[in-house]
Amino acid sequence: MAELVSGAQTWKDPNATPFIKIENVSKKFGDFFAVNDVSLNIYRGELFCLLGGSGSGKSTLLRMLAGFEKPTSGTIEIDGQDQAGSPPYRRPTNMMFQSYALFPHMTVEKNIGYGLRRDGVPGRAINERVAQIMDLVKLGGFEKRKPNQLSGGQCQRVALARALIKRPKLLLLDEPLAALDKKLREETQFELKKIQETLGVTFIVVTHDQEEAMTMSTRMGVMTGGKIVQVGEPHEIYESPNSKFVAEFIGSVHMFNGRVIEDAADHVRLRSDDAGCDIQVAHGISCSPDEQLWLAVRPEKIHINRTRPAGDANITEGVVEEVAYMGNHSVYLIKLASGKQVRVLQSNLERHDSGATHGSERIFLTWGGASGVVVRP
Amino acid sequence: MQINHYAPLRATATLFGRLGLSGRSLVIAVPTLWLFVFFLIPFFVVAKISLSKATISQPPFLPLYEWTSDGSLKFNVFFSNYQFLFSDPLYVNAYLNSIKIALISTIIALLIGYPIAYYIARSSESRRNMLLMLIILPFWTSFLLRVYAWIGFLKSNGLVNNFLLQTGLISQPLVMLQTDFAVYTGIVYNYLPFMILPLYANLVKLDSTLLEAASDLGARPIVTFFTVTLPLSFPGIIAGSMLVLIPAIGEFVIPSLLGGPDTLMIGRVLWDEFFPNRDWPVASALAIAMLVVFVIPIMILRKARGAQIEVQ
Repeated sequence: MAELVSGAQTWKDPNATPFIKIENVSKKFGDFFAVNDVSLNIYRGELFCLLGGSGSGKSTLLRMLAGFEKPTSGTIEIDGQDQAGSPPYRRPTNMMFQSYALFPHMTVEKNIGYGLRRDGVPGRAINERVAQIMDLVKLGGFEKRKPNQLSGGQCQRVALARALIKRPKLLLLDEPLAALDKKLREETQFELKKIQETLGVTFIVVTHDQEEAMTMSTRMGVMTGGKIVQVGEPHEIYESPNSKFVAEFIGSVHMFNGRVIEDAADHVRLRSDDAGCDIQVAHGISCSPDEQLWLAVRPEKIHINRTRPAGDANITEGVVEEVAYMGNHSVYLIKLASGKQVRVLQSNLERHDSGATHGSERIFLTWGGASGVVVRP
Repeated sequence: MQINHYAPLRATATLFGRLGLSGRSLVIAVPTLWLFVFFLIPFFVVAKISLSKATISQPPFLPLYEWTSDGSLKFNVFFSNYQFLFSDPLYVNAYLNSIKIALISTIIALLIGYPIAYYIARSSESRRNMLLMLIILPFWTSFLLRVYAWIGFLKSNGLVNNFLLQTGLISQPLVMLQTDFAVYTGIVYNYLPFMILPLYANLVKLDSTLLEAASDLGARPIVTFFTVTLPLSFPGIIAGSMLVLIPAIGEFVIPSLLGGPDTLMIGRVLWDEFFPNRDWPVASALAIAMLVVFVIPIMILRKARGAQIEVQ
């Protein structure tokens, strides 16, 4: 089988064999389902993010892949091999721990070479590969340091190098960037992605940071309550969330509750007291008359107008309560007639915009018929 | 109205401050004074006696200095006591044997204590407290009674022999009491908690993700133990070994009750010199020499420990 490039989007090919096959996996701690009947296929060369809040089961799923936890039921296959009964030290996976778990009594060099020494690789080969990987993660010159003499970012690199040196088929990363400060985290996100593309190793990253997941992943799975609620590419998850939970979890969003009053093949019309206007959705959806639905609209997709635009839907009125200047954009807090508060993002295109909307102004809000997504709770 | 309860304290502190005494120096002064009165002064008294000569009098040694009839001060300093320690091989042998018995006991205690400490540290929290209680439980009985109890176990018609005879494993009672075996048993039994507790304190802090990381990188459990757990528990091993080794070298009760007449340990020799022989100067010289024997291994171990702490 030819080495697949990560740009190949294997997951879109219905005939592709999944590299990791998770089938109906559950994990129970006592009476509590940490992971509840999860099935997931991950393809070779992917950088797959498991995104979820704390207690969503994402770390437990990762630990089952590494072999630290045994599934209560279900099977995990890696590269065609069932992993049941296989202890962590026999699996073709390596893990980067959230706490890094560097051995405090070993130098950086010894830490990184640990896995190779366990495999009985001769000393000279170990030295070569350690030097190579230290070069890749830009750690040259730190060979003889002990972990307590390193900064957080350096520890993170050692942990990454140590997990990568055995060239695992699958690299598991548990919150790899959580301990870094914001600036370093953003830099490292791109670096991780680059390393992953260079080596062609399949990555599964657990994170609670949706921005991190959006930046890095080829695909992501959103988890809550031990279940995967949606799997897709970042733009799919962001633009077409399949539930209210996913819409609210990824980025900020406004939810307008509405009742179906018109259900046509090419559009749907909702009456919304929440929004204070009718909502027109420019595509057909399967729904029943009078059904209560939610429209999810992202703040950047709502526009502000001083005068009432033409049309009889997707136009509502409100008062600007607060304007927050953020540099590249401004955030407007607008109170609608229904009492609902709406945040609207506007890019600051000019340097000194004297005509900019200001506080306590009465304005109109509009959004396109295709800008929102209809979701069910 | 709010009453300031700290006002008298503060006034006292100010007073001491004026005298050049801070709170910190006061806190340190108490243990310093304690060590001075109960350790340093007795040490000098013993050191003084070790330099005098034994006589049959009350006290049984000559004064270190006296005024002669012509009014000059005369010092009677004898180093012969120390020379004597080397002239009779009894003393050197007693030292060497004490160190040997203490070292072997420490190693046995470590081999028994480590798995116990490891097991307790890996148990659930509620179970851990129960197990620690069991480790400490023997301390609620007198040390002497526990040593006597071992006589009951080990004597020729004791529990162990009776059991072995009845099960038919042996046809004649084994001689266990008044042997080195009994001394090792007694020392290991009595000092085992001192080995287990520091080891436990160390092992319980061991980060279990380190063990997972080792396993993830391909180390089987036994390899993980030797490459991660054991090196990281080194400070606990040192602390536990010190707590067993040092008192075991000077142990007196266990060898005299459980050991035979040929079990030579420095504590017993010291006792014999002080009481049956009434040769206080030689006994004092022995005590001082013992101190030197102690201090050297302590300093070596402390240095090793300091280096280890620096690493961590």
